[in-house]
Amino acid sequence: MKILKQIAQCLESGDEAGVPPLVRQALAEGIVPKNILDDGLIAGMNTVGEKFRVHEIFLPDVLLAAKAMYAGMDVLKPLLLSAGVSSRGRVVIGSVQGDLHDIGKNLVGIMLKGAGFEVIDLGNDVAAEKFVAAAKSNDASVIGMSALLTTTMPVMKEVVDLLKKESLSGKIKTIIGGAPVSQNYAGEIGADAYGYDCAQAVAGVKKLAAAVQ
Amino acid sequence: MIDFPLPRLQPQEAAVYAALGLKSGSRPSSRSSALLQRALELFQTCSEPLGLCAAIASDEFADVFSGQGRNAPVTPLKKIFPRADSLHLFAFTMGARISEEIKRLFASDDFALGSVLDAVASLAADQAGRVAEEWIERQDTEQKNSSLPRAFLYSPGYCGWHISAQEKLFARLRPEKIGITLNESFLMSPLKSISGVLVTGPAEIHQFSEVYPFCAHCKSPACRERGMARSA
Repeated sequence: MKILKQIAQCLESGDEAGVPPLVRQALAEGIVPKNILDDGLIAGMNTVGEKFRVHEIFLPDVLLAAKAMYAGMDVLKPLLLSAGVSSRGRVVIGSVQGDLHDIGKNLVGIMLKGAGFEVIDLGNDVAAEKFVAAAKSNDASVIGMSALLTTTMPVMKEVVDLLKKESLSGKIKTIIGGAPVSQNYAGEIGADAYGYDCAQAVAGVKKLAAAVQ
Repeated sequence: MIDFPLPRLQPQEAAVYAALGLKSGSRPSSRSSALLQRALELFQTCSEPLGLCAAIASDEFADVFSGQGRNAPVTPLKKIFPRADSLHLFAFTMGARISEEIKRLFASDDFALGSVLDAVASLAADQAGRVAEEWIERQDTEQKNSSLPRAFLYSPGYCGWHISAQEKLFARLRPEKIGITLNESFLMSPLKSISGVLVTGPAEIHQFSEVYPFCAHCKSPACRERGMARSA
């Protein structure tokens, strides 16, 4: 549908003011909110994520697009709620204990929301027990952890080990990221995935959430 | 106290774009350029740079370095600092206002501007470390009349120096005087703050070729590169 394509393109160009009127127009044309979300907003964000992945655009452009997505979601959210449309899944994120650096984690959270996930952001300096408790109480399928210091990375292993100890590894998956973290380190500590940047983190969470469901 | 003139701390636009992931040779969009200009304006109005520096004897620093005994068994700094001509504890902050502004921008979903301002402030804090290094080098050159001493900043949390050493560093330097506090995880507030030891001496003391276990997880081996670059 032409209007959904327009929404996606408007979002891709980071036009925060332009998206909401187009969403309203799509609603007026009788398109159901779920389709506007999937084929307009999320489709646009997927294109943005792909362009970011191949370095066609860079971070500020992605964030401007995400802001336009939020503007569109402000219109759709009440309608999605009343229609009982559920999110793509719940993800608990945080910077591990001993780490106050949260910009990378914040960006992943923004991108996850843009991809249709419900994000429970625990902030920074988060202890292993808190990650697991939050995932359990919120029925989250994925825990995303960020660290910027080599000295705080071991907390990620504590979370993985705690999930194993509580026999939750199959129900709650883990993904890690941050400057000193690598795919090798993820393998070493038994994390389920590694995200090099926010686009890769979102792709990883999508796979993990699908695997749990 | 070291003077940190704001124009010396303000990062180059190209450095900010690189920190935000713009590939070398690519051009930012006009929207991104406009964001950076707004971020630089905020940087000018919200920055309150303050730094503190104090000389420390090698044996006293050995105690600060050991912290709570949680360092990696072998670290580059443990081999470097005993060979230094002088050691200075150092702390610097961009001030609380800029961190609060970044938080406010994220809280109001203005995360595009917030992330650009965050990158600007982080680069400025890094630059403050270089300003301090140059200041110490000048001091050492004047005092000892020696040729080209090299000062480099080493910080807890990096290169095997456990972050818990912040406790002893703070007990000696008292960065609370310039508004920097430590939380129970030894992290500094305001966020855009740096601390550590400025190690001054001949360039070669900073150079090392060993690969330590923690180097395997490090993607920004500036410790190695800076020693090589500035000794050339």
